[in-house]
Amino acid sequence: MARTRAARRTIRHTAALGVAALALTACSATGGSPSGGSAGGDGTAGGSVTLVTHDSFHVSDGLLEQFEADTGLTVTQVAPGDGGALVNQLILTKDAPLGDVVYGIDNTFASRAIDEGVLEPYTSQVPAAADAEPYAPDDSGSLTAVDLGDVCLNVDHAWFADRGVPEPATLEDLTDPAYRDLTVVTNAATSSPGLAFLLATVGAFGEDGWQQYWRDLTANGLKVAEGWSDAYYTDFSGGGGGGSRPIALSYASSPPETIPESGGEPTTGALLGTCFRQVEYAGVLAGAQNPEGARRLVDWLLSDAVQGDIPGSMYMYPVSSAVDLPEDWAQWAPLADEPYTVPLDEIAANRETWVREWTDLVTG
Amino acid sequence: MTRPLTHPSPTGSGRPGTGARATPPGVPAPPPAAPTAPTAPGRGWAVARGTAWAVAAAVPLLFLGVFFAWPVLTLVGRGLVVDGSLDLSGFAEVLGRPRTWRIVGLTLAQATLGTVISVLLGVPGAAVLYRSRFPGRGVLRAFVTVPFVLPTVVVGVAFRALLRDNGPLGFLHLDGTFAAIVAALVFFNYAVVVRTVGGLWERLDPRPEQAARSLGASPARAFLTVTLPALTPALTSAASLVFLFCATAFGTVLVLGGMRFGTVETEIWIQTTQFLDLRAASVLSVVQVVVVVAALAVAGRARARRERALSLVDTPVRAVGRPHPLPAVVTAVVLVLLALPLAALLLGSLRTGDGWGLDHYRALGTTGGRNALTVTVWEALGNSLRAAVDATVLALVVGCLVALLVSRRPRRTAARRAVGVLDGVFMLPLGVSAVTVGFGALLTLGHPFGIATDLRTTGVLVPVVQAVVAVPLVVRTVLPVLRAVDPRLREAAGTLGAGPGRVLATVDGALAVRSAGLAVGFAFAVSLGEFGATSFLARPDRPTLPVVIFRLIGQPGADNYGMALAAGVVLALLTAGVMAVAERLRGPVGGEL
Repeated sequence: MARTRAARRTIRHTAALGVAALALTACSATGGSPSGGSAGGDGTAGGSVTLVTHDSFHVSDGLLEQFEADTGLTVTQVAPGDGGALVNQLILTKDAPLGDVVYGIDNTFASRAIDEGVLEPYTSQVPAAADAEPYAPDDSGSLTAVDLGDVCLNVDHAWFADRGVPEPATLEDLTDPAYRDLTVVTNAATSSPGLAFLLATVGAFGEDGWQQYWRDLTANGLKVAEGWSDAYYTDFSGGGGGGSRPIALSYASSPPETIPESGGEPTTGALLGTCFRQVEYAGVLAGAQNPEGARRLVDWLLSDAVQGDIPGSMYMYPVSSAVDLPEDWAQWAPLADEPYTVPLDEIAANRETWVREWTDLVTG
Repeated sequence: MTRPLTHPSPTGSGRPGTGARATPPGVPAPPPAAPTAPTAPGRGWAVARGTAWAVAAAVPLLFLGVFFAWPVLTLVGRGLVVDGSLDLSGFAEVLGRPRTWRIVGLTLAQATLGTVISVLLGVPGAAVLYRSRFPGRGVLRAFVTVPFVLPTVVVGVAFRALLRDNGPLGFLHLDGTFAAIVAALVFFNYAVVVRTVGGLWERLDPRPEQAARSLGASPARAFLTVTLPALTPALTSAASLVFLFCATAFGTVLVLGGMRFGTVETEIWIQTTQFLDLRAASVLSVVQVVVVVAALAVAGRARARRERALSLVDTPVRAVGRPHPLPAVVTAVVLVLLALPLAALLLGSLRTGDGWGLDHYRALGTTGGRNALTVTVWEALGNSLRAAVDATVLALVVGCLVALLVSRRPRRTAARRAVGVLDGVFMLPLGVSAVTVGFGALLTLGHPFGIATDLRTTGVLVPVVQAVVAVPLVVRTVLPVLRAVDPRLREAAGTLGAGPGRVLATVDGALAVRSAGLAVGFAFAVSLGEFGATSFLARPDRPTLPVVIFRLIGQPGADNYGMALAAGVVLALLTAGVMAVAERLRGPVGGEL
């Protein structure tokens, strides 16, 4: 029965094609070098450990390899999104955690992660842990501070010097008509510096006053860009992209990036009276396959090698007092003496309300 | 030397490629040459044939079910199931917010405008690029496709560089306006219309129009009354795709419009990633799917009414010399407008700290200023190419099976309905938000079916999610070709003794393979550019090109910014190259895209 055979052949061909496609996919997707991802260790040294981070995590070449060589652990990295998305994914997947240890939860999301039971307490005993202690979100030991930074407005020195206009210094200055149409910030609902700046205004003007400030700011020609790069490169006159606004939301660590190639002073500066402090934490994930490996990774993040690498790799300031800042940072990128702060439990309780109110207020 | 591939059926009511199968239900007497000819060996054969089709249907359904439906439904379920029981009060609450309606309205307005303008500009473009001959036509065809696959973050940068106050087009004051978003949507989707309509137009039998002209109709009248109606299937197909792309645009809207012009898609993203309000996100996802299904249904009806009585020729109609002035002028203007953001991108990539140069391109072999990246851009390109190869193979296997199934017109009404539903179901991935798919995948695909390795952390899901996005494009490219196969060819092969497998291979397969070149090109290009779902699943040590571009743009330092633009140019050139090759591989029968 020719047709029956042909039909069977069709089935076989279809099945074979499917299998072949899957096999082909499997071999080239892994690039021929399947690594990590296998089941975790059992509490002893060795095995593998999966590090979940936000998508800006990065350390210099060789550091992670050194950690692997020292501990016998294989580190797999996962970076499923930026700050907020990271925390929310950890909450969603807490029954089947994405990994063993997390780095990159910041102080605007720390309380939510703790409240949702995503973390397992661990108190590191390495020397830098003492430096990290004052930044702890609570005394449960769930999260260990690894680095910090200040979100501040930056100004383009040349723009103000050329026009003989004094640079602004405070948040209030920005609502002065002299600074009309000069400021660009980022969306508080979609960018983490934007959220930090919203919190700075809450810290400065209080829970009842921040809205009026934003009304005034909007009335004074504020521009809201979507993300940091959008604001800094497209709208900021000092970012190198040729924008038109001389005041932009960025970081205290941004000015050294604007030192001309020929050397000298940065062409921009941070307004240290407008800052909100971001702290980034690491923690062991509840339900980790390899909690021991996870703890070792937290210790490693506090080691001198990693702490010293953080400014260069992640543009944040180490919590450890034992390492030196890069020279240009020490000179041109000081942290604010008195950044604005909002208690973490207040942030956790009100963040969404504030962001929704901000959205209605500023973007309509 | 044009030879009609299919003629309208003798009764004038059959659609090409379906012959008498388009006979309305209730009409008795199937055509005598149906596959169940008297020589059929009977029940055993029918069972085997049924099994073969069932397997052919099972593979794509399983693929879509595991990698798309399961993740999406799980996430939506999380939002709508409270304490084990379905809680639909979220609908009342979310649909009661004025903001929701404003966003739904904005989404529809932006998608409708984007679609209408793309079609109005794309039809002249199709006439010029597919119905006229002039030097450089092939290059322009590849060029118009570049925007379609550029990462939105790159396009956003380029658009904003043009539109900001002190930019070259700053005098238009379009920065941050609704018009800017619509312009960007047209920028992305122009190629969809040009290719879809052009591909059909190129093969449209010119004789009816010639006849109309010889009977005294003016060129405009002949176009409006003869050619345009014949183009309707391609027009509706293009319009529905563009509508889907516009209605679910994410990065473009976010970068160019912020929250002022949020869409359902951006709202889902914010509710999910920032607020973890899965209830709101689920309701909005359902709203989005309803809009998408409605759009597909409307397009499907319009297409089905028009697809009959269409006659195609199997080699491109010898294009009449130079293009007609009106479409030529329109197209020239559009091409200049398309080139502007691309030029802004190119110029940005060449601008160095102290003038102009190739510094940023040389830097692509490094990991960026202060080691912004974990791999060099070239290595990321390698990762992208590998993932795209895998995604293309998967999308082709699944897409061709779907196209094969959907191209059938079974006699039984139920089976015919099933085929129609299948057609629509495989379009859905274009209409569901990437964040829903990505988050859902994280929830469901850790250890599916007891697999020991956590799939979420190995990177194997990257090509899979890219394939899910590419499958609808493969289907839409291959399907019209299969539909246009004259059933009499199959029947003739059958009566000459070929088994169904053989018929499939020598008739459908041989013809479909000629459109596969374009399908490969599209699937490959879409995989290269996919960012949304990929960003959730790519391993940090094996990022794809769009992922490193996104990362470079988010890092301080003018060098990293320049490098990101240079990497964007590389991606654009690669895409244009892939599409140019695909164009050459494309056989004489064109797909809708």
